[in-house]
Amino acid sequence: MKAFFVGRHRRNGELVLIILGGLVTTGAYILASLGRLSSIPANVGPFLVIILGLFVAAHIATRFLAPEADGLLLPLAGLLNGLGYVFIARLNDELAAQQALWTFLGVGLYVATLLVVRRSRDLEGWQYTLLFVGLGLLLLPLLPVFGQTINGSRIWVRVGPINFQPGEFAKLALAIFFASYIVDKRELFRAGTWKLGPLRLPEPRHSGPLLLGWGASLLVMVAQRDLGTSLLFFMLFLIVFWVGTERVAYLLAGLVLFIGGALVAWRRFSHVQTRVDAWIDPWQDPLGGGFQIVEAQFGLASGGLTGTGPGRGYPQRVPAAETDFIFSTIGEELGLLGATAILMTFVLMIGSGLRAALGATRPFAKLLATGLTGLLGVQAFIIIAGVTRVLPLTGVTLPFVSYGGSSLLANYALLALLMRISDEQVDRPHDAPTPGKRRASAAALSTPTP
Amino acid sequence: MNRQIRQLGVALLVLFALLFVQLNRVQVYQAEELTSNPLNTRRVVRDFGQRRGNIVTADGVIVAESVDVDGRFARERRYPEGPLYSHITGYFSFEFGATGVERSYNNELAGRTEGQRFDSFFDFFGDGDVSGDVHLTIDSELQRVAANALGERRGSVIALDPRTGAVLAFHSWPTFDPNSISTVDLDAARSAKEALDDDADIPLLTRAHREVFPPGSTFKVITAASALETGRVTTTAPVFPEVVAYELPLTDVTLQNFGGNPCGGDLASSLARSCNTSFAEIGAEYLGPDLLSETAERFGFNETPPFDLPLTVESRFPTDYGIVLGQSDANPPADIVEGSSLLAQAAIGQYDVRATPLQMALVAAGVGNDGEILAPHVVDRVTNTDGGEVIDRHTPELWRRALSPDVARATADLMVGVVEAGTATSLARSGLVVGAKTGTAEIVTDSPTSDTHAWIIAFAGLPENPPEFAIAVVVEAVPGGGQQTGGAVAAPIAAAVLDAHFG
Repeated sequence: MKAFFVGRHRRNGELVLIILGGLVTTGAYILASLGRLSSIPANVGPFLVIILGLFVAAHIATRFLAPEADGLLLPLAGLLNGLGYVFIARLNDELAAQQALWTFLGVGLYVATLLVVRRSRDLEGWQYTLLFVGLGLLLLPLLPVFGQTINGSRIWVRVGPINFQPGEFAKLALAIFFASYIVDKRELFRAGTWKLGPLRLPEPRHSGPLLLGWGASLLVMVAQRDLGTSLLFFMLFLIVFWVGTERVAYLLAGLVLFIGGALVAWRRFSHVQTRVDAWIDPWQDPLGGGFQIVEAQFGLASGGLTGTGPGRGYPQRVPAAETDFIFSTIGEELGLLGATAILMTFVLMIGSGLRAALGATRPFAKLLATGLTGLLGVQAFIIIAGVTRVLPLTGVTLPFVSYGGSSLLANYALLALLMRISDEQVDRPHDAPTPGKRRASAAALSTPTP
Repeated sequence: MNRQIRQLGVALLVLFALLFVQLNRVQVYQAEELTSNPLNTRRVVRDFGQRRGNIVTADGVIVAESVDVDGRFARERRYPEGPLYSHITGYFSFEFGATGVERSYNNELAGRTEGQRFDSFFDFFGDGDVSGDVHLTIDSELQRVAANALGERRGSVIALDPRTGAVLAFHSWPTFDPNSISTVDLDAARSAKEALDDDADIPLLTRAHREVFPPGSTFKVITAASALETGRVTTTAPVFPEVVAYELPLTDVTLQNFGGNPCGGDLASSLARSCNTSFAEIGAEYLGPDLLSETAERFGFNETPPFDLPLTVESRFPTDYGIVLGQSDANPPADIVEGSSLLAQAAIGQYDVRATPLQMALVAAGVGNDGEILAPHVVDRVTNTDGGEVIDRHTPELWRRALSPDVARATADLMVGVVEAGTATSLARSGLVVGAKTGTAEIVTDSPTSDTHAWIIAFAGLPENPPEFAIAVVVEAVPGGGQQTGGAVAAPIAAAVLDAHFG
């Protein structure tokens, strides 16, 4: 079975999985319509054709552009995107139409990214450009004309009729910057000549750009009141720094910094306190600050083990059911089984992403794949954890699943970069890989490299 | 870096495992607690919109059904007959809950009884519709006749089958349109409910089983039966004096016959003419507090009848009349107590005696049915909406053995006498055995017109057959309306329903 997803066969396996995912999505689409309206939707045929057509097209593009890339990532992303669409359509027809458009654009961006970024090392040269692009994107919503405040967070930019969240793209730019910068300077960071108490830290001048990138992003996030993205950036930074330097001290120092920062934020900012209060005891104010959490708990509970069935629950009682709380929608209507399937899908994507990182030969690619996978996994974790009350709620989208154009586009670009790195792990000449090489690369996956 | 990448993988795996554990907690371990949380409206929204069976009369008229609607709720409850069955079906409202059969048979209608759930569990290929239709014992023709005969007068009409306890007609006025409260237009429902709550006539109160009235002379049936039980009084002896008033024991207050007329004779004659003087004397001097209380309680007073409509109230017969002061002159003598004057009034259904119309219908039914009172019910059976098989059927159930068969038959004969030559001759029907008792119950008001409730209770059947029909009618006092007698006001209503039944 493993060989099925390796080398040329990966693409065949990918095609099979895409078709399976399309059938699952279409099945859910039919069930949601049956549950809601007691009728099979009139456009089931076109729906199946379009969803298969779209992802098969992405698959064919991958055959040409990244033939050796991992065979699981694209089908898994398609499955998440498809299921997300079904539940958005079940909640709001209008948003569903937009999400369909964003899905088209997202898949288009996936192909375009694979086309443009033919080698991951090409990105390295753009590190400072990307730093400024990333910071610029982050700062954009604070501009007086473009910036929009929606639901208390100033993270939106309005251009003509379209609202988008530049922060979603900034995370990619900064991930690339962090990865390339740390790879460049990792020896300096590892050496750590500057002593501060028991810690051996790098010279401040070397870490200047890094601290600038990190500090600015955090500052902006606090100014924009977007806790989720702030947390996400911090975790990205921490992961890349720790993995890149191989120094656990940085991880620990970062976590200490984080806990300190979290405590300060909690004491200083009322919107943080509200979130924490709603997390510790949502029942204190079940109709006010705790409402969203309480309703999400009710929704998940009413789903139970097998769910109410698509279209048969009341997920719309939860505010932001299509976006941040899409997971509680799925948990309510597909139950523990469906929610666990979503968790497993993310775990498999994380596994594939980290396998690409392990297989990558160049440190930059390795670190970038790690960072991108970290972004995907951490983002999924913090929003699901917020919805299920494992952590205080910090609003971010559930990658590929939530409604939202910026998020979908950014995640398809992220997917394309992971695919690119994954494709490179076989250091192939320009002809087809020999079976021996395939085996060698497969072996490289399961044995640690020194 | 590979070591760190693997560690990162493990860390993320642990975090997702944490999510899985939490999902199990919320969706499985705490699910029941969260679902039953009062703040959780999901269950009510779901229940409100889910499939719900019809409520139909015995002859198949749909009186409550669910129709598909757009919006927040999937379905809306509709009552095609409007106000006519409102006191039976009740309403089914999102904000105000359910009343009537909608409430007492909620699980059956919604398909949530154990049996229905069991069926649904094995219904792999069906459409999962396990809701149940509730079939009433009500006859739509009798219900319509009863409502028309009562008209827009405050009061109640209950007809039932004495042999089974099945209620054939059940109507109270004022009534209301259950559609107005059950609509999914919650604002409209709220204002309709407010208007009904503010209405001084309390249309939402099902007076037939939730309100008590002094039963007046209809209670004499119980006093007569109690007297016959003791053997101290037979249908022909003693002969009570023909008097205008009876001087209450230990007082110088007199209790008058209706209209201030002289009245008396033996028990049969006294009941036929509804002599207050005779029955006051029986109560105070032949029975005493214990015997009359005991008979009244055997008929069901001071206990809530097992009725399948919710919130039924008990009828009251006071049992405490103070200490014994002496003996009466009767042979054998009865105790004269402190409250003998009150007991005398209780014996004619006044003082603090209060009965629901339902209870008085059961008195007539019990007398007609050899002394046995069967549990009254409005629901005959529940069938599966999908296929019509019977899920649950009401089996007749004895509630009270009020009288021995002999005493019951003797009492029944007395009631037949009331129809043959008494206050209820308008109920006489050739080819039928009809027994009845009228009542004209005074209520204490400031009104100078001494307003009264008009009562009648009756049973009827074919000769040589046990009676198949019993009825109680009360037309409540109208403030300033003066004396409305049971014979003149209530009897025609009973006659109309009786004719509809046997016609």
